[in-house]
Amino acid sequence: MSDVAIHVESLGKRYRIGGRARYLTMRDRLANVLKSPARWFHSNGAGNSDGGPRHIWALRNVSFDMHEGEVLGLIGRNGAGKTTLLKILSRVTQPTEGSAEIRGRVGSLLEVGTGFHPELTGRENTYLNGAILGMGKKEIERKFDDIVAFAEVADFIDTPLKHYSTGMQMRLAFAVAAHFEPQILLVDEVLAVGDLSFQKKCLAKMGEVAHAGRTIVFVTHQMNQIRRLCEKVIWMDGGTIRQAGPTNEVVGAYESEVLSGGSSQQSRENSPLIKAQFLRWEIVAPSASAPNLIDQQGPVAIRFTLDVKRPMPRAMHGISLYDADRRLVWGNGFRGLALDVGHHDFTHELRELPLKPGAYSWSVTLWDENDLVDTWDAVPELIVGTQPLTHWLDEWSGVLNIPSRLRVEQMQEEKP
Amino acid sequence: MAVPQTHVALAAAPNEFPSVHIAARRGWLALDLPELWAYRELLYFFIWRDIKVRYKQTAIGAAWAVLQPLMTMAVFSLFFGRLARISSQGLPYPIFYYCALLPWTYFQTATQSATNIVVEQQRVITKIYFPRVVLPISAVLSGLLDFAISFGVFLVMMVYYHIAPTRAVIWLPAFMLLAILTALGVGLWLSALNALYRDVRYVVPFLVQFWMFASPVVYPSSLVSEKWRWLYGLNPMAGVIEGFRWALTGHGQPPGILLAASSAAVVLLVFGGLVYYHAVEGTMADVV
Repeated sequence: MSDVAIHVESLGKRYRIGGRARYLTMRDRLANVLKSPARWFHSNGAGNSDGGPRHIWALRNVSFDMHEGEVLGLIGRNGAGKTTLLKILSRVTQPTEGSAEIRGRVGSLLEVGTGFHPELTGRENTYLNGAILGMGKKEIERKFDDIVAFAEVADFIDTPLKHYSTGMQMRLAFAVAAHFEPQILLVDEVLAVGDLSFQKKCLAKMGEVAHAGRTIVFVTHQMNQIRRLCEKVIWMDGGTIRQAGPTNEVVGAYESEVLSGGSSQQSRENSPLIKAQFLRWEIVAPSASAPNLIDQQGPVAIRFTLDVKRPMPRAMHGISLYDADRRLVWGNGFRGLALDVGHHDFTHELRELPLKPGAYSWSVTLWDENDLVDTWDAVPELIVGTQPLTHWLDEWSGVLNIPSRLRVEQMQEEKP
Repeated sequence: MAVPQTHVALAAAPNEFPSVHIAARRGWLALDLPELWAYRELLYFFIWRDIKVRYKQTAIGAAWAVLQPLMTMAVFSLFFGRLARISSQGLPYPIFYYCALLPWTYFQTATQSATNIVVEQQRVITKIYFPRVVLPISAVLSGLLDFAISFGVFLVMMVYYHIAPTRAVIWLPAFMLLAILTALGVGLWLSALNALYRDVRYVVPFLVQFWMFASPVVYPSSLVSEKWRWLYGLNPMAGVIEGFRWALTGHGQPPGILLAASSAAVVLLVFGGLVYYHAVEGTMADVV
């Protein structure tokens, strides 16, 4: 139905080792020539496309399509190629291979306050920064009052920027950026800085933009921002696309890997020496696209599989759930279990598990009377990918994802 | 094809930035004039910033634009004129030197600021796309305000020395254009080189100094024999300076052969500069 706004085809970018090819002094260059004239000549020639040991591919074989009005999140570790991809799309740097087609007016926010000059006044910097971002003079004039009000710097607008506090400079920079409305917006982690209450304003503004039908590519490390703003996510890893798809799925997989330190082991090896052992776990209900993902509210059933090698007439079982910061979220214990030799399914049924989206981990134990038989920090992690229903700011959204309603009624004032 | 309503509203603005194709660039010259035109406002803002900042940071602001050529003129008049008795084609020494210093001072400052602008603006270059050629162009154009101010002083001097402009003055814009293009051509080369090799910024002051003595600033070009005039003219500033003297005072000969050689040299210089700048441009954000 909607048109393709961004079409990326096997995009690749090669850098010299060290990330950025540092500028050289002529002396270095000359020294290199003297040391190995042949190689210097070769490396300056047109060929040499296969990289070799002196080059590194920051991005390779990246292809995807984005439709008009989509909001795409880019996630991944540092150095995964997110920023490189954004820089290529915003044309700051050229790809080494592949191509991209962008339809519409593109604006990029790789940084806020680009081009700010300390000697110029707030007003002058607003115009300058706006122009650098790609706004026309008339557009800036039209939005100027909004920008100043948004930044809360009206009293200082004709003061040189060098007399501003860092916070004020940031606010002005954000305000200009927030009023920048190209058809296609490329944003890099710019909301990660700045004071919290102002961040809230920016995020709200971003949300507005995102819901106004604009096409946005958004890089951040804050998964809740991604969940709130993006419908689709691309997970970058080592310069390539590791996984792409609906937000919950990809963010869940990403968080699970980050937490488990990269291991994607699904079950444990069976050891013959101990009396009993947990083998694996999965979510029985509700069913989702992954066995460790919860993506809807309501009842939850979780099943652990236990291999019992010797009968235990009076076993005890404990279960606890930790969040990403290793805080205990929930726990329970069950005594007096009679277990015979063989595989057992332990299914925990919870009426609901109203946790805010994120990654969590189970820890389960089995005791034979008072002796610990097995303890297992279950892998993979539990990923909660439900819609966030609480406060829009991370730091106020809490642990529980419980919807609530607010009713406001004015009280009848008693006449004296 | 049906397009949802919101998109229509968004596309309502005149679409100055149509479909963009991104790929490794091939070809050796792509001065994309329509694109440059689309970024004219940014060019304007860069010039505006340059001028604002320059005058804000200095205590006496615009007076520098006047002081520099005036002092140089005084020194030249004293040493090269009064003491060394170099021929001035019958002009008063202050006029003779100031005529040359007008385009020369412009060329000198424009070249130097163009050389440094890519490195100075590296933050912007690594964060935002715009045609990079906007930078040296803005550096070269923002020097024009200083030129205009010092030109005002020259008008006062003309009144003082009772020198009336002749019909030749209509050629002045052409010589000015030649000066601008020379500064741009050199600026394109040096700013791109400076992005790659930081040595360049130390070389430039020497280069400019030698260049001045290779140009008819302190002496008339008539010192160069007729036979070698065309060769001398390959220094475009030779054509510019002789042109200025002739156009402003009417003294001397119209710089025919000199001008032809200078124009040819400038065309080559700017063309080569564009090609080289373009070659560096693609990786500028990675190396600067």
